[in-house]
Amino acid sequence: MLNGENILVIDDEQIILDAVSRIATAEGLDVDVDNSAKSALKKLSRKEYSLILCDILMPEMDGFMFLEKMQLQKITNPVIMITGFSTVENAVKSLYKGAIDFIPKPFTFEELRSSIHRGLQYYRLQKRIEEVKSKNNSVSIPYVPCPPKYHRLGHLSWMNVEAEGIVKLGATNLFLETIMDLNKIELMNVDDLVIQGDSCADFITEDDLVHHFLSPVGGRIIERNEKLLTDIKLLQKDPYFSGWIYQIIPANIEYDMKHLIPCASDRM
Amino acid sequence: MNIGQVITKISLKLILTVGAVTIAIISVYSYLSIQAQRNELLSQAEVYANKLSETIRNSTHLSMLQNRSDQTHRIINAIAQEPGLQEIRIFNKEGRIMFSSKPEFIGQMVDKISESCYACHTENEPLEKLPMEERMRIYQAPKDSSRILGIINPIYNESSCWEAECHIHPKDQKVLGVLDVKVSLRDVDAQISSSESRSIVFAIIAIALLSLIIGIFVRKWVAQPVNELVTATEQVGSGNLNYVIKDLGLDELGLLAKSFNNMTQKLAEARMQLFQSDKMASLGRLAAGVAHEINNPLTAVLTYSSFLLKRIEDNPQLKEDLNVIVRETKRSREIVKSLLDFARQSVPKKSKADINEIIDSALSVVENQLSLKQIKLEKNLDQNLPQIKIDSNQMQQVFINLIVNASDAMNEKDGKISISSKIVNLSAYGTLQIKSAVCSKRHSLIDEELKIDGIPTIKLKVTSNGDEGYINVDPIYGKNRDIYRLTIKNTANVQVSCAKCNISVIEKDTFCPKCKSAIYSFEVPPQGMFEKCISPKCDWQRWASVDEVGFRDFIEVKVTDTGCGISKENIPKIFEPFYSTKGQKGTGLGLAVIWGIIDNHDGTINVESEINKGTTFTILLPVNSIL
Repeated sequence: MLNGENILVIDDEQIILDAVSRIATAEGLDVDVDNSAKSALKKLSRKEYSLILCDILMPEMDGFMFLEKMQLQKITNPVIMITGFSTVENAVKSLYKGAIDFIPKPFTFEELRSSIHRGLQYYRLQKRIEEVKSKNNSVSIPYVPCPPKYHRLGHLSWMNVEAEGIVKLGATNLFLETIMDLNKIELMNVDDLVIQGDSCADFITEDDLVHHFLSPVGGRIIERNEKLLTDIKLLQKDPYFSGWIYQIIPANIEYDMKHLIPCASDRM
Repeated sequence: MNIGQVITKISLKLILTVGAVTIAIISVYSYLSIQAQRNELLSQAEVYANKLSETIRNSTHLSMLQNRSDQTHRIINAIAQEPGLQEIRIFNKEGRIMFSSKPEFIGQMVDKISESCYACHTENEPLEKLPMEERMRIYQAPKDSSRILGIINPIYNESSCWEAECHIHPKDQKVLGVLDVKVSLRDVDAQISSSESRSIVFAIIAIALLSLIIGIFVRKWVAQPVNELVTATEQVGSGNLNYVIKDLGLDELGLLAKSFNNMTQKLAEARMQLFQSDKMASLGRLAAGVAHEINNPLTAVLTYSSFLLKRIEDNPQLKEDLNVIVRETKRSREIVKSLLDFARQSVPKKSKADINEIIDSALSVVENQLSLKQIKLEKNLDQNLPQIKIDSNQMQQVFINLIVNASDAMNEKDGKISISSKIVNLSAYGTLQIKSAVCSKRHSLIDEELKIDGIPTIKLKVTSNGDEGYINVDPIYGKNRDIYRLTIKNTANVQVSCAKCNISVIEKDTFCPKCKSAIYSFEVPPQGMFEKCISPKCDWQRWASVDEVGFRDFIEVKVTDTGCGISKENIPKIFEPFYSTKGQKGTGLGLAVIWGIIDNHDGTINVESEINKGTTFTILLPVNSIL
């Protein structure tokens, strides 16, 4: 299992701290809890955690401020946001501000478990990148960044304007790398509506973890990549071109774009 | 004010006015008719006295000529028996009474200033001829007795007089004496006074009757309908919009009642509409609150139950029960989520629309509310505005919110809201907002925390003389409200960099054309590079791609009120979510939502305000989107 790795849970509700600890401990993790982001920051300066789970709406210092303070203090540990005020705006803003994932409350044991698994895998990848960098061996980056003209929602999904009024979207290589042993993908149907920051596909692994895939833009699905259903390897092989997931007509691309990060910023 | 008082006042005023006019007319008429009667009766008396006087003179003429004074006495005494005759006397030129019906006065002298003499003797030289009307006099002596009409008849010298045998009167004498007849006016006066009192009684009866009739009709046609209207107004004022005035006829008050009924009906409809939208807003707030509060306990239930479900393998019954818990908790989650979806603001759906039509439809929603608060509305819309791409529903929400805010800002009556639209041609300089900014490594420089006028600023790290700090650049091109969080000592040698990756944004080998300070630049995707001088004292900046476009057309909508105003320190906060001055009444989301909608339309909203004078919100919407 996940022995030896430690996580920090921050929430102002004791019952959430208890529930998350119970599950994480059962998964074999060392769990540290804190009911305030302020004191959690102090903990972070003393100790390194593989993963941080943080609530958004908290008194004194909220989750967004926490993310900014972390950035200022150059703490790069992956953060997963959890919130009861689970609006799309909060989800998108969290990912824009540097969180690697977003879990809306209330979540099931499975949802939390798959998110933690991905977070820890992200941490391991991060460590590997650091190792590669320190060895000054820039040849083998462990994941492929998205093409410069694309835009991405956090590290999860990408979108690209294909033609006037048509947008293609898919999963980033980094997202796929954090999901180990992908087995199956479940897609929505043509003509369904997707919402930015809302789950639009489920990635299911060998060990039955279900990973929700959050859409980078909102709109109506006009085509889905049927090839993925038969050949799941296509996703991992070519996530940015032939491994696309949906083609959609966006509802309000200008608005959605505000919370997307241009992939060009990853290259320099 | 009391209803009774109002009615009494209106009817009383009407009755008093009409009564006063009636009294005046009848009084004048009675006075004139009494006067006419009095004159008529007096002139009759005069004619009678005059005839009597002539009769006496003629009948005594012969006895006078014959100088038979005993016969003259007899004639006078006989005539004096006539009822109403007070006295008959004849006195000579010197004033000695020669004959009299009252023998005790014979031989006495008459004073020349007495009533009988003054007609001729007012001048020192006595008159010899006297006109008829001046020979008469009316006097009262003594004061408490009845009035007396006296008529004097001068006895002129005639040839027969001086030729008579007695030779008493010489030829050169003109007036020989005076015949004075006094007639009592007791009967005449009695007639006059009885006719006077008749007229007065008639006048009083007429006035009383008229007032009574006016009173009855004013009550029936004015007081009762007004009473009904006042009751209705009070009912509506206290919130009973279902009160209907019964039919009051076809006159003006009847029409007023009909339009009043119409108004209350419209008000009731508008109140329903407002109530409905208010209910929706409250429901949205409630949903958001419930979602947040209920999601924590739901999380505990869902995580523990799903965790238990995973661990139970060998107890199918327990597994099934737990499955129910998990399934139903997930169902609760979906319910909460749909509540939140309802509360969430939708993304704009833009299409070509006429902004004036949107303003008009917004006004029609709030019109009744404004008229209820007696707020005057001034509309000044330019009818030649081009259509622009906007979300009509959201834009209508903007105007409704602004107008409702304006009306809430006015406590006293006689407030005024003016709304105007026009097309303005503005340079991008001073109006265009920098909405995105990236360093050369494509890190966003936008600072959502520190805002100027509610708009996120561009944050840059500055190192000068070893001090490290930040500046926040004004996001409006052309404005210089930059916030310097350190002092720059040497503006020519300063490090400016991205706060995230420390990459320099200073332009090498170029200096400000105005003050020779260093220049920093960043990209504003997709609108090219933005350059600005680092010196806090210098205003030089350049946005080449935007300058090329030059002037642009905007639709400007101004909403002005004469309300309580916003203080200077509060102006930067008003567009922040949850900022409210309305206390329990508001959510503090209205202006934040407005700001969001305008921002989504690439527009700007600005506020100018003066305490106790009023507030003006100015919205600028681009006719064509830039680039």
